[in-house]
Amino acid sequence: MKIQHESVNMALDPTKILNFSPALRLQWEETQKKHVILYPEGIVELNVPSTEILKLCDGEHNAEQILVELEAKFNQTGLKNDIYGFLEVAIENGWIS
Amino acid sequence: MAGSVNLTITPPRWLLAELTYSCPLQCPYCANPIDFASIKNELGTEDWLRVLTEARAMGAVQLGFSGGEPLTRQDLPVLVKHARELGYFSNLITSGYGMTEAKIVELKEAGLDHIQVSIQSPEKTLNDELAGTESFEHKKEVARLVKKHGYPMVLCVVVHRKNIHQIREILEMATELGADYLEVANTQYYGWAHLNRDQLLPTKEQFEEAEAIAQAYKEKVKGKMKIYYVIPDFYEDRPKACMNGWGTTFLTIAPDGTALPCHSARELPGLVCPNVKDMSIYDIWHHSEAFNHFRGDEWMKEPCRSCPEKTKDFGGCHCQAYLLTGDMHNTDPACSLSPDRERVYEAIFKARNDSESGNVKPLVFRNPKNSKMLA
Repeated sequence: MKIQHESVNMALDPTKILNFSPALRLQWEETQKKHVILYPEGIVELNVPSTEILKLCDGEHNAEQILVELEAKFNQTGLKNDIYGFLEVAIENGWIS
Repeated sequence: MAGSVNLTITPPRWLLAELTYSCPLQCPYCANPIDFASIKNELGTEDWLRVLTEARAMGAVQLGFSGGEPLTRQDLPVLVKHARELGYFSNLITSGYGMTEAKIVELKEAGLDHIQVSIQSPEKTLNDELAGTESFEHKKEVARLVKKHGYPMVLCVVVHRKNIHQIREILEMATELGADYLEVANTQYYGWAHLNRDQLLPTKEQFEEAEAIAQAYKEKVKGKMKIYYVIPDFYEDRPKACMNGWGTTFLTIAPDGTALPCHSARELPGLVCPNVKDMSIYDIWHHSEAFNHFRGDEWMKEPCRSCPEKTKDFGGCHCQAYLLTGDMHNTDPACSLSPDRERVYEAIFKARNDSESGNVKPLVFRNPKNSKMLA
């Protein structure tokens, strides 16, 4: 039986402006050479693409615009699933809204 | 063949700054050492500023200001400001006692990131009885003010036999107060909690019921409130991976500047813990005997030494091994493979006996008078 993947993009409105949560912090950690998200009792280490996406959740971009901007920046197409998928995860974790 | 525990020294990530042992509360499960009243010479502001700077340079990023009650330190805003400038994510771990709205605003402006307020029980009489002071309404008010001023609010409730039946009310209180995070922390039996273990340790049935209720509630409030459920290990088969591995992640500095690999480590006889007045944080982390003592697996006895799980739990908790067996190098009896496992069963048996005896022992409250008497 083929399992239909329920669209994970259900909660993501690609036209909604996204903001990084004011209760958390996104910062560069020199000792780890990585960006991290800091929240009460926790640290999430980020890779470069995740950091680039989150930096654009700045109250000025929506998911569509983030996609356009990053495809241009990395000179690559077909990033939609990856970027929207990560934004979904970020919303679910309360990192952005 | 068992693997080996990694010996590479990783940088500290979490710094717990125990600013003082002073506390207006008297909780009988306090993690502070029994003899806190005889530990003098609190670090001054300059020393704390240096500690923060040095630990940050090594990689520490999560910072807890704790105690005792950290609000009793007049220089708290100065330390918070310095921490923010250094890039820490800082947390104030408070009873709420002595907190005012003006202070909440001042600390916010200084750069404090979040506040953890502890409440002893969702019911006034029990809260005040456990805290040893009338504090219930004030604590709830502080929790509301923390929210009002835009902090993420972490509510912490320590659970034990006196309040475990109130688990539903604890969860509902957290929702009512708008907590962003709720820490339901089953008592860990160190310090004063160890002393009062017969009076505090719940039965297995009580644990299981409370855990089931909390887990179900966790699902219900998913996305609104994050619940951290800290499990007790007396009813587990395997010990906790204490401190994520000794000297790998956590650094605690006690009020007198003693550097500890875990906040209970000063209970361990034979472990000579360094002091920040004598050594840099770098040297403490890399070169002190105490921080190297349980790194790797050379120290291990059987059954840990040949156990494939040693890379996961590092032999469990050394403080618990000491408190239950008298030797910190033994396998933590929270592990069912420990030859001293019966110590755990004895503890459970004694606690059950106490609760069923109809003549329960009184709690020994954490205050300077009892501390001096017991030390």
